[in-house]
Amino acid sequence: MPQSVIFTFPRLGDYHIVIKSFLREIVPAAHVIVPPPVTQKTLDLGSRYSPDFICSPFKVTLGNYLEGLEQGANVLLQTGMGCRFGYYGEVQEQILRDLGYDFQFLCFSCGQARLDRVYAAMKRLNPSLNPAQFAHALLAGAKKIHMMDKFNRYMRENMAFEKAQGSFLRLQSNLYEALQKTNNISLLHQTSGAIFAAMNKIPLETPQRPLRVGVVGDLYTLMEPSSNFYLENELIKQGISVSRMMSVSFLFLRSNARSLRGAQGYLKYTVGANGVDSVCQCKRYAQMGFDGIVHMKSFGCTPEINATPALQRLSRDYKIPILHLSFDTQTSETGVQTRIEAFSDMLAMKRKAQAASAAPAFGKGERSVGNA
Amino acid sequence: MHERTRVFLGVDVGSISTKGVIINNENEVLSSDYIWTEGNPIEATKQLIRSLQSGLDDGVAVTAVGVTGSARKLVGAMLGAQVTKNEITAHAVGTLSRYPQARTILEIGGQDSKLILLDGGVVVDYAMNTLCAAGTGAFLSSQAKRLGVRVEDMGAIALTSQSPSKIAARCTVFAESDMIHKAQTGHKKEDLIAGLCHAVAANYLNNLAKGKRLREPVVFQGGVSKNAGVVRAFEEETGFEILVDPNSHLMGAVGAAILAKEAGEESEFDFHITDVFFSTVAHECEGCSNRCEVVSFLKDGEVMDLWGNRCPKGAAVRHAADCAQRER
Repeated sequence: MPQSVIFTFPRLGDYHIVIKSFLREIVPAAHVIVPPPVTQKTLDLGSRYSPDFICSPFKVTLGNYLEGLEQGANVLLQTGMGCRFGYYGEVQEQILRDLGYDFQFLCFSCGQARLDRVYAAMKRLNPSLNPAQFAHALLAGAKKIHMMDKFNRYMRENMAFEKAQGSFLRLQSNLYEALQKTNNISLLHQTSGAIFAAMNKIPLETPQRPLRVGVVGDLYTLMEPSSNFYLENELIKQGISVSRMMSVSFLFLRSNARSLRGAQGYLKYTVGANGVDSVCQCKRYAQMGFDGIVHMKSFGCTPEINATPALQRLSRDYKIPILHLSFDTQTSETGVQTRIEAFSDMLAMKRKAQAASAAPAFGKGERSVGNA
Repeated sequence: MHERTRVFLGVDVGSISTKGVIINNENEVLSSDYIWTEGNPIEATKQLIRSLQSGLDDGVAVTAVGVTGSARKLVGAMLGAQVTKNEITAHAVGTLSRYPQARTILEIGGQDSKLILLDGGVVVDYAMNTLCAAGTGAFLSSQAKRLGVRVEDMGAIALTSQSPSKIAARCTVFAESDMIHKAQTGHKKEDLIAGLCHAVAANYLNNLAKGKRLREPVVFQGGVSKNAGVVRAFEEETGFEILVDPNSHLMGAVGAAILAKEAGEESEFDFHITDVFFSTVAHECEGCSNRCEVVSFLKDGEVMDLWGNRCPKGAAVRHAADCAQRER
């Protein structure tokens, strides 16, 4: 390598913490530029150079690259999977080349998304890399992802009920700090023990039957909070326990066959990318008696559009309301807020009415009527 | 003076029109008005408040205020409202006070349309139009202008039609060109207007109501419900009887007033608000590349509220104070 390696990659939630330390371990001489948080500037840059009708994650991640390149990055990373996302890499690379940037583009999408390919590519950047080192970095990365996902999942479900505001966020930043500090696996195990012990001790005031909402949809819109205007936080602020099965851990462990089994009665064939997961997860939430579902997708996301009729049928069969939201770079935040507000109002009023009709004084049995 | 009756003010500030009602404890409308917003919600609200006041007798005191509609934040701050609620909840609450047994609410306003499904007096599902204003009041008014009739008269004209023209309902742009084409081939004006009313109903049912099961009783409201042509079109398209309340255009405001009444916080509303000078200053915060558009809301030059900033960066707050200085 004539010049020193400077990595950059698209942002996805908080996972840049793990990606950065992973890259630092396998290519110690390299710099890693984490693109700045997604702002209006990212969207403007990305949309300016993207095809108008492409899904919004393409635009945002292109914006990430541009901001990373501006800061001097010269090695770009991308992955991709079973929808248009599978072609992001090739198209983004071409766009950036046409703009005149000089960089190396490492795309591990679809058939290339294999560990041996990653190893070979990294070996070229760092000839002294050996398999044991690589395996260690992978294990440390996997451990960190697992810790993050486990913590964040618990946080989403319980943060609405914390006694002292900010307890969860404080612990989360402790966790992130610890994750950045070390790649030592036994140290990570120690941290993990301490953090989760502290997490379970956070005092909560959970009502007896809290309102619970599950979020399903395409992976990017779900995991990058700026792309959905921090919808989960909005729901949490309204006192709702938010559940989301989607995470990077989930993506590594998922299988279409399993999801299809879970979506039985609603889907016979796969519908692309995470469409099957949306249906499967929605059905699980419905069976678990959740109060509502939010289905989020980037505008024009074909797999999620394919999943929508199945979701609508689930909504009818289980009488569970589903809020469908589409996001793109033009979506108005006010519009989304109005819909979320109305959704949580609806859930709360429904719950109140149920409580009233359960009380003997009312006893009209309104809920059993209908469906004729 | 202590024995004045408690009454409640509800205001619905939409993109096209501003609606207001004053209701009593029994949810009966004592005073109401409906005026055009004309892009100036503050002025429209002042005018509305003046008109509501003149319709009121001395023996009452407004003790709570509720605001809804797309300018609810602004007007809520202006009126010191107890309740600022989204349109969906407000409409549902308003309608349920008139039709407790309603199962479906069709609502078509100036720029947006909503579908609310209820069961046992509770909202169980809703939908709102997203990207496109096809099939809303704005579409009807622009077509009325093109045909040289008043939008208020469209309904009556549509009802005189013997054979409504078939007009493509999928998209406003196509509907418009389709209508022009039909006009040029000699279709009568009343048939065109009836066709437009059908296009609105069909567009609504194909978009918002897609995948949802409508049940009777069906209540239709919002400005467009005043158009008898669209009401008939809905009846023909769905086969249901469509209920339209005499106050169907005011349901959002009624709902906001009821929510204010039930909020449990009361303080007397001062009608002198119409003499106060309100203004807003928009400014692009340069604290980071998000460049939030921060709006400061000023009352007689004093900052009352501030919104639009995504982070607690001091710049925005300081700016507001600067604005206050300058206005003075």
